[in-house]
Parts: sequence; C-alpha cells; structure tokens
Amino acid sequence: MESDEGERLPMSRRPEWSDVTPLPQDDGPDPVVPIDYKQDFTETMDYFRALYRAQERSPRALSLTQEAIRFNPGNYTVWHFRRQILESLDADLHEELDFVERIAKSNSKNYQIWHHRRWVAGKLGSDAAIKELEFTKKILSLDAKNYHAWSHRQWVLQALGGWEDELDFCQKLLEEDIFNNSAWNQRYFVVTRSPFLGGLKGMRDSEVSYTVEAIMANPENESPWRYLRGLYKDDIQSWVNDPKVSSVCLKVLRIKSNSVFALSMLLDLLCHGFRPSEEFREAIGALRTSDSEPLDSDLGKAICHVLQLVDSIRANYWMWRKSKLPVAV
Amino acid sequence: MASTSSNETVTQREQSIVLEDVKLMYTIFADVPPKTKLLMLELHRDNHMEYLLRGLQQLGPSFCALDANRPWICYWILHSIALLGESIDARLEDRTIDFLSRCQDPDGGYGGGPGQMPHLATTYAAVNSLITLGDEKSLSSIDRDKIYRFLLSMKDPNGAFRMHDAGEMDVRACYTAISVASVLNILDDELVRDVGNYILSCQTYEGGISGEPGSEAHGGYTFCGLATMILINEVDRLDLATLLDWVVFRQGVEGGFQGRTNKLVDGCYSFWQGGIFALLQRFHTIIGESMTLLDAGQANCADSPQTTVESDISDGEESLHGTSSSGDEACAIQQGVNFGNVDRKSIEGRAEREPLFNSIALQRYLLLCSQDPGGGLKDKPRKGRDHYHTCYCLSGLSVSQHCWSKDEDSSPLPRVVLGPYFNLLEPINPIHNVVLERYREAQEFFARS
Repeated sequence: MESDEGERLPMSRRPEWSDVTPLPQDDGPDPVVPIDYKQDFTETMDYFRALYRAQERSPRALSLTQEAIRFNPGNYTVWHFRRQILESLDADLHEELDFVERIAKSNSKNYQIWHHRRWVAGKLGSDAAIKELEFTKKILSLDAKNYHAWSHRQWVLQALGGWEDELDFCQKLLEEDIFNNSAWNQRYFVVTRSPFLGGLKGMRDSEVSYTVEAIMANPENESPWRYLRGLYKDDIQSWVNDPKVSSVCLKVLRIKSNSVFALSMLLDLLCHGFRPSEEFREAIGALRTSDSEPLDSDLGKAICHVLQLVDSIRANYWMWRKSKLPVAV
Repeated sequence: MASTSSNETVTQREQSIVLEDVKLMYTIFADVPPKTKLLMLELHRDNHMEYLLRGLQQLGPSFCALDANRPWICYWILHSIALLGESIDARLEDRTIDFLSRCQDPDGGYGGGPGQMPHLATTYAAVNSLITLGDEKSLSSIDRDKIYRFLLSMKDPNGAFRMHDAGEMDVRACYTAISVASVLNILDDELVRDVGNYILSCQTYEGGISGEPGSEAHGGYTFCGLATMILINEVDRLDLATLLDWVVFRQGVEGGFQGRTNKLVDGCYSFWQGGIFALLQRFHTIIGESMTLLDAGQANCADSPQTTVESDISDGEESLHGTSSSGDEACAIQQGVNFGNVDRKSIEGRAEREPLFNSIALQRYLLLCSQDPGGGLKDKPRKGRDHYHTCYCLSGLSVSQHCWSKDEDSSPLPRVVLGPYFNLLEPINPIHNVVLERYREAQEFFARS
C-alpha cells in the first residue's frame, strides 16, 4: 500500500455515502471506444450519476462534483450540475473562484473551466472585475496567447468593467513580444471599444504612428501590418489617401528585404485606387532579381510578379491576384 | 541555424525551434536516394489502420480526460478509416451504432457518453459518425425530430447557439448546429434566424473569424463560420477578399498551416485552413469560377520560376509542380512511381485548376512531418500522435489531393498527389467533413424519410 496523501478510502466504505446506490455507466455489453477507467474514476462517476439522477443538490454533492472535475475537467455535465448546486446552496462564490483557479493551473485550455469562471464572475458582478483581470493576467504570463484567457478577459471588460489600464496592459505585452498577435488583437479591441478612449477615429493618428514604428522595427512581422489595415476598417478612402500608409510601404521596400507585407499592402492600395509616384516604381524595379525582363508597365502586375518570386509558397495566390487586377490606368 | 540572440521574443524563439525541426526533416529528405524518398513519402496506411482500429476497441486510462468526448473519438477514428477507403466489419459497426444510441438523450441530441447531457459538438460528432457508417440501420438510429427540438432549444435570442443547456455560445456551436440540421434535412428559417448576424460580428479586422465577437481570428472558427454562412446561403455578407488574404497567409514556409497569425504550424489546420480553400472553390461561385482561370491544360505557372515544369522521364506525364527545391525533388520522385492503377485515358484533358494555396507543400508537411511511421498523425515533429490529429491531418491531405479537380467526381492526376499514387484518399464533402460518397447517401436517405 502506498502511504502518500493520494491514498483514498473507497466511497463504498465511507459511512456518509451508505445511503446512495452507485449508478454504473450504461455502456452496453460491448461498447466501442471503451476507456480503461481507473477504479477511483469509475466509483466517483457511479456516485455522481446517482446524485445527478436524483438531482440531489447538497453539500456532499458539491464536494463530489469537485472530485469528479479533478478526474476529468472536461465533463461539462458535472460542471453544469455543480452550478445548479451552487445556486441551490447559495454557496460562497469567492471560494468557487479559488477552486476554478486551482483546476485552471493544469487545464488552462478547456472550455468548461472558462465557461464556469464566466458564470461565477457574472454572479459576483463588477466587484469581481479586478480579480478576473488579475487571474487572466496570471494565465497569460504562462501562455501569452491562450485563446480562452483572452476571450474571458474581453468578457470581463465588457460585462464588469476595468478598461482603465487595458491599453497599458497591451502595451506591456507587446513590449515583451511584438509578435504576439493576441496582444495586437486586444489592442484593437480596446481602441475600438473602450468607453474611455475616442474610438477608432479619435485614436487613429497615435495608433498609426505606433504601428508604423513597430513595422519599421520588424517589417517581417505580419501583426502590425494587419493592424494598420484594421485601423482604417470601413474607411478605405482614408487608408488609400493617408501618406503615412504608403510611405511605410515605400520605406520597407527600400530596405530590400522582408518586403512581402509591404508589397502586399501596396498591391491592395493600388487595387483601391492609390496613384503611385515614380518612387514606388523605382523601388519595385530595384527588387527584381534579374534585369532581363523589363518592369511591367502595370505596377500591380509588376508587384504580383515580384511576390511570386519572393513569396513562392503563395505563388498561386499572387498569380490569381494578378489575373484579378483592375485595368491599369 | 537557430539564432540564439537574447533579443528574440518568445514567438521568434518558438518559431525558430519548429523551423529547425522541419528543415532538418526536409534536408534529410533531400539527401536520401530516390528509393528512400519514395518510402519517406508513403502514407503508412496499414499502420494507421491498426492504430485506428485499436483505439476503436480499447482506450487506456489516460483517456479518462476524454470521457466526455467519446462520440468525437468515434468520429475521428471512423472518418479516418473512411478517408483511407477502408471500412469496419459488420459486428464493429453494430457495436458503434449501439454505443452511440446510448449517448443519445431521451429528449434529443447526443452527449459525450451514456447519461451525459446532450451537447452540440458531440451531436455533430455522433451524426457524422453514423453518416460515415452509412447504412440504413445506422442512419435510422438518429431521432431527427428530437434533434430538431434540441437544436432549437440551444438557440439564443440573438440568433447564435449555445453548446448545451446554459452552455457557452460561440461560432463552433453555430456551425455544429447548422451542419447537423442541414445534413439531416431539418434546417428551417427558425434555426437560421439571425445566426448570420452573429457570424458576421465575429469577422475580425484581420479577415478571419473569431470564436466570439472581439476575439482573435482563428482557423477553426474561420472554417466553422464560413461553412455556416455557406449553409445558410449568406456567404456574400462576409468580406471574402480579406478572409482569403488572411487564410492564404496562414500557410508557412514549413508547408503546413498555422491557426492564427504568428503562431506555430500544426497539422490539424491542414483541414481547418485548407478546408477553407475547398469551401471557397466549391461553394462560392465568384471566387470559385475565377480560380478556374488557372487552367492546368495551359502552361500555367509558366511565368513562375518557382514552378518546375519538367518533361516526362518515363511515361509522358505532362508536367510536375513543386514550389521549392525539396518539393521539386519530391515531385520528381513521383515520376518513378508506377501509375498502373490509373486509367490514363480517363485522366487526359480533365478540367483542373490550381488551388490558391500550395497543395504540394502541404502534402509534404503532412507526410514527412506529421506522420508517425508507427501509425497515426500528429501536430508537428516532437509531438505525439492522437486520434484528433489523425482525423484532421488526413482530412487536410484529402483536401490537398482533391482540390485541383474542378469536378468533385473526377480522380486527381497522379502529379497532384505527392508520393505514390496509393497515397490518394477518398474525397470529402468539405462543409461537413464526411467522405463525399457517404454524404450523398445520407442526403438521399434524409430526403426520402
């Protein structure tokens, strides 16, 4: 016998459970995908099924769900029943947050945990905002791109508040890792939705400057390029006409390396009516690997041609884009 | 060489580690003799079958963590088997139908195991499993009236769906609900109402679709959102040009797809992202038709120096496509393969088109980097196999082999199937991700009943 703390008295030998008849799983005589359950797992679930069927919403049922969740945090039925019990017992939900946190430590990518957390925090209301932001911050410090954690954080901001420091939070994460697209996405979320900022229009100038700086530091980083385009969402004319946009393309093209995103954006600009100056033509001409062919007089075609070369994994896409170009002016 | 600069961010560091692994694999591949190359590109059909059949019949204690996902495990395994063109024996089929019936809730829908609450995702998995098995007994075991009521009860006033009673609401829930309703021929205006608005609110500034409004564009949700919009006939409401531009950039130099911008490649996105191309090609007429501008009959790609157009060595195959040095070699290898099982006449002059992603590079990633030679497929080198990745890597492989055909009933030319032609998998219906033939049988069955 092992003598560690994991030693567990079978439930069938615990007097407090003597009144419950365990309910085995109805797997049938010869199931497919049968799992070789550990004995503790089977016993816990047999008792769970019995209480679930009887809809017993008691303190012992609450602690049984805790055990069942430890065995399998993905069992949404157990979580659901647990919420019903918590409601019936009018249980202390602050304690519940601590429980979720313990489970989340080893299972931070599970839908059930985050859904449960959202339910609990929603019940606690705006008082829980700070704690929830801290909690997601902790999870994001371990994995800065945890999808569930970011979704939860966005829900917290919208439902409970706490917007005040969110742009700083994004800023900090981007300083740590400027390639973190989740942090860029959160930045977009804050800029477009925070009640304390001026919305996309009010923030655009400063955001464009910030983004251009990020692009110049790492032109191969796709995130700020997509973000830059996003800053002009639903306002294509401003995007086409803003010299800050075309000039960052030109600057990157003149570096003559990592030019894919600059070329791609310039192509999009052209497709939307941008009139390029001679400088753009020269910069594209300088990117050609061979001088044997003359530069296509249609700049859009010339860009597609360069992209087919420098971005060969997407050669078909660039060829297709070339075939779809508006007639040159 | 991986840079060890201390200035590297976490994203850069992780990416360079993966890239090293993948490059190493491709370098080894480039250096081995042709016969070995051919072996390396082989899909290990027998080993995959063995791995899949074993899982269907017994799962170890570590699967306790998937105890609420058993219809999913059924689907991952059965769909993989069907993709391989194989089937299970009648006894095993009966056992599967019986087991899934025990997961069916008395009030409709399927749960993650017997006695569990009905859940949209496991309902999708169970229905797709039963369609994949395909015969009358299997299809008639689905209680469609009750499923309809279950789906309706999962619908939120805003139009979106919740995964289960009081469960989470997201794009995945919308897709699984609409997919099931469509394939069972129970989709109606009431189920469709406003779900398109919800999906639309999830298309992000990047172009892809997120799980919930405001979240980050993600391959899985983009597939789910796009497929839903196609099924409810509202696909034109999406900004498809930006969506296409986003997804085309998810394919990396590794050949495989990443799920989000600046994340790592993962074999499962071969389907989630690769499938998006199949959806756009097949079901969106504007993009689909213009894609066919690139006709393989002409000297397509002639102006693309990345594409090698090699003349035939042995038997008159017209051209071979590859997009990088190792790919070229992989393609060259194909020429040595015996195409004896292909009717040459039937494939001449077939309508073909170039997919907008690099299908050969994707197949190379799947066969060389995502395959466990002992059976099963996986995320990336250094990772372990599992049934989920086996299903979605094979689904992605099928998409990349069949995406060249204009007509979904024609078999692909040998040159678009990387490795030996017996690597060719069954074609799928990309909306539901079930093997095409089984989908058609089900469609016919549910149109009748």
